[in-house]
Amino acid sequence: MHARSETPGQATPSWPEDIFGILQRFDVRQVPYVPDAGHSQLIERVLAEPSMRAVPLTTEEEGVALLAGAWAGGQRGVLLMQSSGVGNCVNMFSLTQIFRFPFLTLVTMRGEWGEFNPWQVPMGSITPGVLELAGIKVLRASHPNEVRDVVEAAARQAYEACTPTAVLLSQRLIGAKVFVK
Amino acid sequence: MSRANLLDRRSVVSTLLKGRKDAIVVGGLGASTYDIAAAGDHERNFYLWGAMGGAVMIGLGVALAQPKLPVVVITGDGEMLMGMGSLATVGLQQPKNLSIIVLDNEVYGETGGQASHTASNTDLVGVAKACGITDVRTFATVGDIEAFAASMHDDVSGGPRFASVKIDSANLERVLASRDGTFIVNRIRGALGFSPI
Repeated sequence: MHARSETPGQATPSWPEDIFGILQRFDVRQVPYVPDAGHSQLIERVLAEPSMRAVPLTTEEEGVALLAGAWAGGQRGVLLMQSSGVGNCVNMFSLTQIFRFPFLTLVTMRGEWGEFNPWQVPMGSITPGVLELAGIKVLRASHPNEVRDVVEAAARQAYEACTPTAVLLSQRLIGAKVFVK
Repeated sequence: MSRANLLDRRSVVSTLLKGRKDAIVVGGLGASTYDIAAAGDHERNFYLWGAMGGAVMIGLGVALAQPKLPVVVITGDGEMLMGMGSLATVGLQQPKNLSIIVLDNEVYGETGGQASHTASNTDLVGVAKACGITDVRTFATVGDIEAFAASMHDDVSGGPRFASVKIDSANLERVLASRDGTFIVNRIRGALGFSPI
């Protein structure tokens, strides 16, 4: 829930639009999220799209359970969260193994690449390991021009092979948050 | 500990499900899942054996995907307390076809009967109301349950609903449902007409 720095004159990045297009193409209908500035553009697109249901959460683990229910009811979904939220999901990640449902999450990273706030570092550092220990495949995108391919591959293996998958969107991609007095 | 004049959990659940037609029923971790199984196995039963705190959110996911079907979450006070934030999420989404029933025995019955927060100050009906769930009730009699059951099965435009009922805390014989998650979820999907991948 933090604004990231914006370089003056910098154009709106196009990679969130790439992600939105992939979600549409894979018929994603439920989009639970805990807001992060790195996801703000995508969240705006989802909120404005009638075929998608944006579901703001009080904590990220709610989103894992929501997507299990959505699958039982015949819909696909994607969980949008920040790396700190991965820690909030750990027990609920069991559902991805138990139901073998098409779980996809897009995780914006904190605690790396020029982080200012040390409180983000412990959870950010273990985010890939936590996901892997939970049996979730981890892909990463660090540059704008690779986001489309990485998210496309993740969506394909999640939705078509029921392989639980997380895409880490690097802090390098999103930009480190700048704190100013 | 068993107290007089409290409703029996098995009769509460069987009354809730007696007029069942096409409802999907989610049972929270613990005795609620046994109660649902005791009322009769059903291809639309969504038994949970873990994921404590997730029952309401699983119900919400189904309810949003299937807005014309009644979706019923039956869970315990301990499981509901762990997922209390999900009541705020339901209050925001306002799923008209979702009903949540808490079987409140004021203890963690599966783990030795330790007191839960509802034994003292926490009022889950008050929490649900404060989260924006407008149809909130406390069941005191079988008649209350029958009236609620009729509306939740027949009217998918009247929710979200939330009800709590204080029940006897006696541990009953376990009625074991399937523990195989892929079987449970794929059976529901099959009943709704969805094919395997």
